[in-house]
Amino acid sequence: MNQQRIFWIIAIVLISLLAFYGIEIAGLKPLSILEATFLAMTPLVLAAVGECINEKAGVINIGLEGILLITSVLGVYGAEIFGNGWGGLFLGMVVGAIIGLSLGLISVYARAAQVVAGMGINIFALGFVPFLLRAIWAFPGIHLFPRTLMVQPLYTFIGRISPVTIIAVALAILGHILLHRTVLGFRIKACGERPEAADVAGIRVDLIRLFTATLGGALCGLGGAFMPLCWFGGVVKEISAGRGFIALACVVFAGLEPLLALAAAFIFGFAEGFAYAVAITPGVKEIIPFYFVHMIPYITTLMVVTIAIGQRRFPAASGLPYRRE
Amino acid sequence: MKLLQGLRPILESLLAVILGLLAGSILMMFFKYQPAEAYIALFKGSFGTLGDILETLAFAVPIMLTAITFALGVRAGLFNIGAEGQMYLGAIGAVAVAGLLHLPPVLHVLAATLAGMIAGALWSLIPALLKVWRGVHEVISTIMFNWIAYHFSIYLAIYFLAQPGRAERTVPALPTARYPVLMEGSTLTAAIFAALVFCLFIYFYLWGTRSGYELRLVGENPHAARYAGASAKKVIMISFILGGMAAGLAGASQIIGRPPAWSLYATLGNVYGLGFDGIGVALIGRNHPLGGILAAILYGALQHGGRYMEYQAGVDSEMVRAINGIIIVALSIPELWAIIKRRIKR
Repeated sequence: MNQQRIFWIIAIVLISLLAFYGIEIAGLKPLSILEATFLAMTPLVLAAVGECINEKAGVINIGLEGILLITSVLGVYGAEIFGNGWGGLFLGMVVGAIIGLSLGLISVYARAAQVVAGMGINIFALGFVPFLLRAIWAFPGIHLFPRTLMVQPLYTFIGRISPVTIIAVALAILGHILLHRTVLGFRIKACGERPEAADVAGIRVDLIRLFTATLGGALCGLGGAFMPLCWFGGVVKEISAGRGFIALACVVFAGLEPLLALAAAFIFGFAEGFAYAVAITPGVKEIIPFYFVHMIPYITTLMVVTIAIGQRRFPAASGLPYRRE
Repeated sequence: MKLLQGLRPILESLLAVILGLLAGSILMMFFKYQPAEAYIALFKGSFGTLGDILETLAFAVPIMLTAITFALGVRAGLFNIGAEGQMYLGAIGAVAVAGLLHLPPVLHVLAATLAGMIAGALWSLIPALLKVWRGVHEVISTIMFNWIAYHFSIYLAIYFLAQPGRAERTVPALPTARYPVLMEGSTLTAAIFAALVFCLFIYFYLWGTRSGYELRLVGENPHAARYAGASAKKVIMISFILGGMAAGLAGASQIIGRPPAWSLYATLGNVYGLGFDGIGVALIGRNHPLGGILAAILYGALQHGGRYMEYQAGVDSEMVRAINGIIIVALSIPELWAIIKRRIKR
């Protein structure tokens, strides 16, 4: 963690505090925006932290969007089977882990083009989710479930916070410790930088990469199940709405550092929370068409990536298959 | 033996398609559908009668064009997945010219087609410039532009182009701006010729011109291209703009070349997803414009047959898109053929 990065984090916090102050003057409710920010940032944090660790080991998964989409539907399905929201979150994690592992397997052992395979997962999800909605609930496009299956938020001094949000922030910190303070973390980084050297040193590159791909998928799956079970209270076939790619933007911005990814997710979550607040504020919603409000998260993502890019260094063997000679 | 080498990409594509259908049948069984019944309905629906074949071709028109968008990206070493958004804007451009302007018959069709292509190309310009200037990765920028295009197009369709009294869709293309229907009762129009001409144009561009050669060189070997004096920045711009034109034409073809709507639904329902379908089609067609035409007809058959499958077997027609995803994953494995062969030999 060098000084420049600490500067970035402080700057982000200061800007968001100023923004909250500005919002209060404009007549919006800062507390409700903060609550919306925490909700919107959670799937981003989970997906991005998993992807940071995954890419450090040398596997790129651009199928995050697809994993979010599939696990949000299966998360609801799980919640209905187990009769409990936490059961749904668990099923989401398991399904995410399976998809991540599958991508890991074909990347490691079949030398697949990872970007192509990841896009395949996204397009698969685009078709599989409407199929699932129809197959499970016999109704096209949308499913609402009883409120009792939602995971209840905690009431704190800064408003309602989902326990999963706290878990996500903790995981970002744990991810940082894993990568920089443990032996496993050094091994992961070695696999991404110099797989042949790691191999000579006796590290099983294939197993490490499978492990991180599975972990990344599981975290992303938790994020997917979070969306209906802790946030929306229902699923639609477009529920992920590009969040998987916004999470990828977080990863790029963060240069694969979990803590910076957390900060980036906070910015993007804030953009989304702010957009929701604008969309429902009397006086504002009449002037700015709803459709432009919807664009705010995507435009923010583009701007942040455009400004932040170019200063980041990525592992040398990221995205490349490795085979023992 | 040499013939077999030449056939290998085709065999690999077919193998991937078969794997996709197999995986689809497993998913169907998992949810207690009858895969055999579904697939029989799918193939009957796609090639059963002459009308069905024409319908299959009508489905193939937009996706052979969005496949060009992706294929041109790959040929230049880019992963351009922005066809979806560029296609929305192409549809909007075509609606504006075909529905609002009054022009003489042939000229009107040309003007609306061009408007679609220009709108698509303009929408591809910003991701291209971000890539050239700042090195913003095209996967992120094009996906963000797809979502911005989604909301922007709905906004334009509702606020500026809506048909008076019918909020669910835009003004229809005037009769002077419509491609003629090729056979009474089918939805296949002369737009297919525009699409085929564009595919052929891209083929001759890539393999018949110096600029096309440079584009392929940059994609295949950036280092050699730099020594040969080919400008990577120029190649990126050309790849994005030509791709945007293809996607814009795909969107326009759904407005001025596809009865019965002749207009854009305000939900974008009649164009949604065509851009992403093109990715799979391009990969099945080996990122070759002519291979893309064949792959688009195959995928058009799946899409048209998918409707019949939904009606006959109750399987959601979107399942076809899931199968496409599995095909893409299968095609991402370079040694697919070798792996299968090794298994067979054992």
